[in-house]
Amino acid sequence: MSTAEAARPFDRESVALLQRPPRSLWSDAWRRLKRNKMAIAGLVYIIFLAIVAIAAPVLAPHNPIRGNVREAGAYRQAAWLEDPNPKKSGTWEYPLGTDSVGRDIFSRLIYGTRVSLVVGFIPMIITTIIGTFVGLAAGFLGGTMDNVLMRFTDVVYAFPDLLFFIIMMTSLRETWIGNLWNGFLLLFVSLSIVTWVGVARLVRGQVLSLKEKEFVEAARAIGVRPWKIVTRHILPNTLGPIIVLGAFAVPRAIIAEAILSYLGIGVKPTTNPNAPFPTSWGDMILQGKVSMDSQPWMLIAPSIAIALITLAFTFLGDGLRDALDPREQI
Amino acid sequence: MISFLIRRLLWVIPVLFTVAIVTFFLMHRAPGGPWDREKPIARQTQAQLNARFGLNKPLWFNPDAAEAAAARGENIFQQGRAFLDSQFFNYIIGAAQGNLGPSYRQVGREVEEIIMEKFPASAKLGLVAVIFSVVVGIPLGILGALKQNTVFDYLSLFVATIGVSIPSFVIAILAILFMSRMFGVPPIRRPNEWEGLGTAYILPGIVLGLGTMAFITRLTRASMLEVKRQDYIRTAQAKGLSTRAVIMRHMLRNSLIPVVTILGPAVAALVTGSFIIESIFGVPGVGEEFVISITRRDYSMIMGTTLFYALLVALGNLTVDLSYGFLDPRIRTRH
Repeated sequence: MSTAEAARPFDRESVALLQRPPRSLWSDAWRRLKRNKMAIAGLVYIIFLAIVAIAAPVLAPHNPIRGNVREAGAYRQAAWLEDPNPKKSGTWEYPLGTDSVGRDIFSRLIYGTRVSLVVGFIPMIITTIIGTFVGLAAGFLGGTMDNVLMRFTDVVYAFPDLLFFIIMMTSLRETWIGNLWNGFLLLFVSLSIVTWVGVARLVRGQVLSLKEKEFVEAARAIGVRPWKIVTRHILPNTLGPIIVLGAFAVPRAIIAEAILSYLGIGVKPTTNPNAPFPTSWGDMILQGKVSMDSQPWMLIAPSIAIALITLAFTFLGDGLRDALDPREQI
Repeated sequence: MISFLIRRLLWVIPVLFTVAIVTFFLMHRAPGGPWDREKPIARQTQAQLNARFGLNKPLWFNPDAAEAAAARGENIFQQGRAFLDSQFFNYIIGAAQGNLGPSYRQVGREVEEIIMEKFPASAKLGLVAVIFSVVVGIPLGILGALKQNTVFDYLSLFVATIGVSIPSFVIAILAILFMSRMFGVPPIRRPNEWEGLGTAYILPGIVLGLGTMAFITRLTRASMLEVKRQDYIRTAQAKGLSTRAVIMRHMLRNSLIPVVTILGPAVAALVTGSFIIESIFGVPGVGEEFVISITRRDYSMIMGTTLFYALLVALGNLTVDLSYGFLDPRIRTRH
C-alpha cells in the first residue's frame, strides 16, 4: 500500500460502510442455520420439549404413578373415541385414555419427556468432553496414546453398540451400580463407553490435519506454547464437526434407551409417586404392547413421541452440518 | 490382494475374542447362577452339575492344573492347555468348535442347537430386508439425483429422512396398528405362516430394511450428484453417447462404490435391528429368542447369541471390505 493511498481521506459514508460489525464463523453459521426452516422447526420443538420436561408437574393433569382405582382395568379410550361401554368411552379428563391400573397416559407421556431428554443430553455432554480431550491428546501428542486409542476404537467399532448396551444392562442391573439413581448411572455409563470413541476419532483426525496448517506453524514459529496452540488455535477449529456429531448422538441415545426400556432392561420402574423420572416412552411402549387392541393409544402416543423427537434432532443435526461445514453435504 | 484378504480374515479373530472377553466378564458380574430354579436344587446336585459343566473351575486361568501337569511331567503344550483349563477358555475352545454350551433355562437343550433351529426365519427376514433396501433405495437415489430439485427429488429426500431418523421399532408398531386397523391384517401371525417364504415376511422385512433403504437412498443421491459434475461425464456426453449409456455405464458404476462401503454398517444395523423387529412381529427367529432369553436371564443363551451376532457382523464387514477392494483397484494397492 503506497503512502499516497493511505493518506487519502475517506468520506464519512465509506467509513460507515467499512465499519460493519465483523462476521465470525459462529454468526455466519447462525445465519445459515436460520435460513433452514426444518432445522429451526426441530430446534423449536426441542426447546418446547425441554419446557414440557421442566414444567411436567404443572402440565400433567394427573399423577403419572398413582392410578385411579375406579379406572383400573377399564382401558379408557382416547378422548375423541366413542365406546359403547361408558367406562371405556373417551373423556377429556384423560385426553389419551388410561392404562391397566387407571393411570393417565397423557401425564405419563409428559413425564416421559424428562427421561428422553436427560438420557439424550447427559451422555452426549460427557462423551463430547472425554472424546474431545482424548482426541486432542492423541492427535497432538501421537505415539503410544494414539496407538492405544486407535486399537480401542477398532474393537469398539466391531462390537455392535446395541448388543453391548444389552449385555451391560442385563449383567449389571441387579448389582449395586445398577441400583444407583434408579439405573440411570448404569445407563449413562453404558451409552458413554461406546460413544466417546467416535468423538475421539473425529477430533484426532481433525487435529492431525490442522497440525500441518500454516497458521499453526506460524504460531509455533513465534513461540506460542503447545498448550496455547491446542486451546487457542486447534480446538476452536474442531468445534464445528464436534457439535454436528453431538447433535446426531442425542437421538441415537434416545433410541437406545427406548429399545432397552422396551426390552425391560432400561431405567428401573418406580412406585414412588413423587419420583422425578417415573416412566420412559420405551417403558410405555412395553406396557402398551400388551393392550394393543383394547387401548391402542397406549402404544401410539409414545411411538409418535419418539418418532417426533428423533426427527427433530435429525433435522437440527442436518441443519447444523450444513451451517457449520458447508463443504460436506450428504 | 491375497495378503490383504488373509490379513482382513485374521482380523476377525481378535475382534470376536474381545467380544467374548467383554461378554464373559460382564455376564459373570450378574447375580444369580445357572441353576436358579423356582424350586431350589439341592447343594449336592448343584455341585455335581457344576462339575459336569466345568463350572467349578477357575474363571480365567488355572495355574494349579498347570502345576499339576508339570508335576506329572507332561510337555509344554499339555501344561499350557492345563493352564487354560478355565471356564472362559473352555468356553472359547468350545465356541470355536461350534459348541456354545447348554441353555440355562431351556433344560436339556444346547445353545447352538436353538440358534440353528431359529436361524432360517431370521435369515429369510434379513433377505427380504436387504432386497427391499437395495431394490428401492438405489433407484430412488438415482431418481432424486437425475431430477434434482423436482417433486421426485423431494419425495426421495423425504422418505430417506424419515427412514434414517425414526427408529424401526417405532415404525414397526405404527405399521402393525395401521395395517390391522385399516386392512385387517392380523398383528400376530399363526406359527405355520412363518414356514417357507410366505407373505408374513413382507411387512417385517420392509420395516427392518427401511433404515438401510433410506441410508442407501441418501448416499446414492449424494454420490450421483458428485459424479454428475465430473469431467468424464461431460466427455461422454460430448462424444455423443446416449443419455442411457452415460447413466448406466459411466455414472452408475462410479457412484455405487460408496454405496457398497456402507453395506457393512448396514448389515450390522440389520442384524442388531432384527431382534427388536422379530420380537414385535413375533417372527420365530434368533432375535425373538434373544429377547426372550434377556427377559428370562438365560445367561448362556445371551452370551451365545451375542457371539453369533458379532460373528455375523464381522463377516458382513469382511465381505463388504473384500468386495470394495475388488470394485476399486485404488483400495487394494493402499493396503
